[in-house]
Amino acid sequence: MSDPSAYPVLDIQNLTVAYRQKERWLRVVHDLSLSIEAGQTYGLVGESGSGKSTLALAVIRYLGEDGAVQAGKIQLLSQDLLTLDQKQLRQVWGKQIALVPQNPASSLNPTLRVGEQLAEALRFQRGIGAGEARQHVVELLKRVQIPDPQRVADSYPFQLSGGMQQRALIAMAISVDPNLLILDEPTTNLDVTTQAVILDLLRELILEGESLRQLAVLYITHNLDVVAQICDRVGVMYAGELVEEAPVEKMFQNPLHPYTQGLLRNTPRLVLSKTSQLLQSIPGQVPSLGELPPGCTFTPRCPLAVEICEQHPVSERVGEDHWVRCHRWEEIVSGAVQVWGTGADTRSTHHDKSRDAAEVLKLKGVRVQFLTSRSLGEFVRREPPEVVQAVDGVSLVVERGETLGLVGESGSGKTTLARAVVGLVENREGSIHLLSIELPERLSQRQLRCLRHLQMVFQNPEEALNPHLTVGESLLRPYITLLGKPSQQAEREVSHLLVAVRLPPSYKERIPRQLSGGEKQRVAIARAFAANPDLLIADEPVSSLDVSVQAAVLNLLKKLQHEHDTSLIFISHNLAVVRYLADRIVVMYLGNLMEVAASKALFEPPFHPYTEALLSAIPSGEVGVEARPIRLGGEIPSPSEIPSGCPFHPRCPHYLGQICAVETPPWQTDERTGKRYYCHIPPEKLCASQSPIMALQ
Amino acid sequence: MSTYLFRRLLYLLMTVLITSLIVFAVTQWLPGDVCRILLGREAGEGALQSCRQDLGLDEPLPLQYLRWIAGFLSGDWGESYSIQTPVFEVVMKRTRNSLMLAFVTLVISVPLAVGLGVIAGLKRGKLADDAISIFSLSVVGLPEFVTGLILIQVFAFGLRRLELPALPANSSIRPEASFLEALPMLILPAMTATLVLLAYISRMTRAGVVEQLQQDYVRTATLKGLPRHVVVIKHVLRNALLPTITVIAISVGWMISGLVVIENVFNYPGLGRLLLFAIDRRDLPLMQAVVMVTVVGFALANLAADVLYALLNPRIRLGE
Repeated sequence: MSDPSAYPVLDIQNLTVAYRQKERWLRVVHDLSLSIEAGQTYGLVGESGSGKSTLALAVIRYLGEDGAVQAGKIQLLSQDLLTLDQKQLRQVWGKQIALVPQNPASSLNPTLRVGEQLAEALRFQRGIGAGEARQHVVELLKRVQIPDPQRVADSYPFQLSGGMQQRALIAMAISVDPNLLILDEPTTNLDVTTQAVILDLLRELILEGESLRQLAVLYITHNLDVVAQICDRVGVMYAGELVEEAPVEKMFQNPLHPYTQGLLRNTPRLVLSKTSQLLQSIPGQVPSLGELPPGCTFTPRCPLAVEICEQHPVSERVGEDHWVRCHRWEEIVSGAVQVWGTGADTRSTHHDKSRDAAEVLKLKGVRVQFLTSRSLGEFVRREPPEVVQAVDGVSLVVERGETLGLVGESGSGKTTLARAVVGLVENREGSIHLLSIELPERLSQRQLRCLRHLQMVFQNPEEALNPHLTVGESLLRPYITLLGKPSQQAEREVSHLLVAVRLPPSYKERIPRQLSGGEKQRVAIARAFAANPDLLIADEPVSSLDVSVQAAVLNLLKKLQHEHDTSLIFISHNLAVVRYLADRIVVMYLGNLMEVAASKALFEPPFHPYTEALLSAIPSGEVGVEARPIRLGGEIPSPSEIPSGCPFHPRCPHYLGQICAVETPPWQTDERTGKRYYCHIPPEKLCASQSPIMALQ
Repeated sequence: MSTYLFRRLLYLLMTVLITSLIVFAVTQWLPGDVCRILLGREAGEGALQSCRQDLGLDEPLPLQYLRWIAGFLSGDWGESYSIQTPVFEVVMKRTRNSLMLAFVTLVISVPLAVGLGVIAGLKRGKLADDAISIFSLSVVGLPEFVTGLILIQVFAFGLRRLELPALPANSSIRPEASFLEALPMLILPAMTATLVLLAYISRMTRAGVVEQLQQDYVRTATLKGLPRHVVVIKHVLRNALLPTITVIAISVGWMISGLVVIENVFNYPGLGRLLLFAIDRRDLPLMQAVVMVTVVGFALANLAADVLYALLNPRIRLGE
């Protein structure tokens, strides 16, 4: 073979991949070409169903029996991957290509120790002995910044957190010194602060790998902010095709394809707040396989679609290294047409405090404990069962029409708090008043009247609707059981409701299986509003939805809330989303409130140190902006061992010393912003050491 | 792990306790008077009275139960009404025979069924999968006396006709025969039982393999460049066989006492035939003893399965 550096590491030419579904071959990737050179990180962006993961599977030749490459070429350093037999393929797998997958938990074998899973690849590929392999494993685990590599090597996957599991998988991927590293949504299922740390690690490893070994990286994600931070070149995929491809700066400064523009503008950003504007959403959804429109695949959703778009566009060269697949790109470049409106929504939906300050919900000293089961020894010794303090004394008030954002990482107790309000947990202490009526602990003890006032929207719309009931039947239930309306009137209301959530009334007859994820969540939201509740709790209602659908659902929630004058508790780990919706934001950590602030004030110093870490964990979404420096060390402690003093002290970057570890911090009030936070450090001192997170409008 | 085992042990004791109550209750409800059966139709009222007194049948039921269960635990299982020997001896001999047959069946059926299940799972949708499924499902549908007779025709008479070494068609072993002596006679009944078990175990294994093959960790292992057999044996089977273990344990319980038909076809002196005999003669102590031994066997097999399951599954072993 001639000099390998003369070739791109990965070269895909006119690739078409199809899946077989009931004897039909459905095209998932169509006529796609891209190449990645050594030292380059290529970001492949698209929503679910765009075919980006299928492309990755085709590259690693792991399509399964129902998938096939129908045309095209995939070359790795001039070697044709598609013609390799199993034996040659194993050489490529073990030495040249490595994959970091999306689901760390399921990507590790649950019955083998992590160390063994790392060692077997080394033993097999390099033929080294068990002792030497073990040393290498420890080295690798150190390289991915695992603090106690010996313990992690001896652990089973279920004993590790998601972040640790993903580090182990990254260690596995770099252990083979690959030429091509494929990262398939590597941080999507992780917490914000963990995501930030993993991204830092990846960037470091990529830089190191690129300089040392001429590494090429294919980074697949739906998160444009991550792309901005880590990639050199970006390809945007839609319905199996690359619709635009450019260097990362160009893509973000000068996106041409209407879809790219739509994606870029419907990601909630920290700069967007509830008062400023409505999130723009791309109407419609990604077409399903086998129902691709004949011409440009984006036509049904494109505001610029004209007659010529019925014909399939080719990819055209715009600048030196910028390609776009759109008939009207020249008009877009020249500014002759504008794709999406300005989107400014002057109508303020902001909660007007002076109007009506009635308390809808009042929590006082709410605590929720779970008891863990004891081991036999503990049982015999009569030791008390371990207590997991999921919510540790929370007092809060939610006013009429107000939106309260509840933010925290997994394990912070935010979902447990919501479940306590709804009446789904046992062992609750403290009081919860809804409209001045004290709520009993269990849902079954509450009166029908209370149920009507309080509704919930769940995270996963797939599981929130009864799969055997039609949409109409699901929506009728609250009218009949909670409001006691006669069925004819209820039927009419259901039709109105469907219109309100922008679904055609014909959807009444559909069953959940026939709806997309976004449509299901709209039905769930419609059902929650059917009873005209005074308080709605939404637990991560958009986190399982695609970006373009997220915006539509958020806007819908905002609109209905305004119309019904409902109070909303909005739970999310995504600060940008929360800022977009909330009037006030509450930050939770280990069952405790850390900070309570007006939505805008939360993003201004002084920050509670934990809030500061959360904020700096968010990718900026701007090209060339270095990640901000604050990273939390260690893992979120187990709620059964909440640290003494301030629960955040073991991870706090502003740790003062003994006082934080011993004394419960006071609630500090900052005069300027009006925010309250739970910390020993007074506002002036905190302010002095903190800078604003981002310029606010 | 200790909590888990402790709980399982508690389950075992509860199972045995509850079934012992049921067994006791059922024998109370059986029609017919024990003493009349024992003494015959001609016995006078006085003789019946004293017989009932001897057997303790005039005492209150709870007391009778306690006396029975205490005797059972101390190895005093009473005397058989019909053959006038201590029940314990008879039942223990037959239990040994049943365990020998169960052992041989396991040795034949588990590797065969698991092997076929793994092949079917790996070749899902291919010819081998269809062939294995059709074969195992068609033999499970046939009654044991049919499959037993076919096996006798082929492996006993057929081979003999061809003047090849043939297997014995009759399995009536001597009571004191050693395992090695008995082994040739155990093979045909064990093969018959295997045909029954084949479908259950292989279908379960196949389902496990199919499910595990789709897991992400299999992709991780494959992408390490490991050969297929390493991926299958080290990664897939370790997880895929976990549910199969439970099915095998339940079949062990069935093999201890449920082989009535097979034992009859081959004339094999196991527990199943003993139970049939006891029912036929209204021999209560014998009946109770056989059922209790079966129940304990069932429970122990399940306990063994739970322990094995826990050992192979770190989530349980290390306690979640």
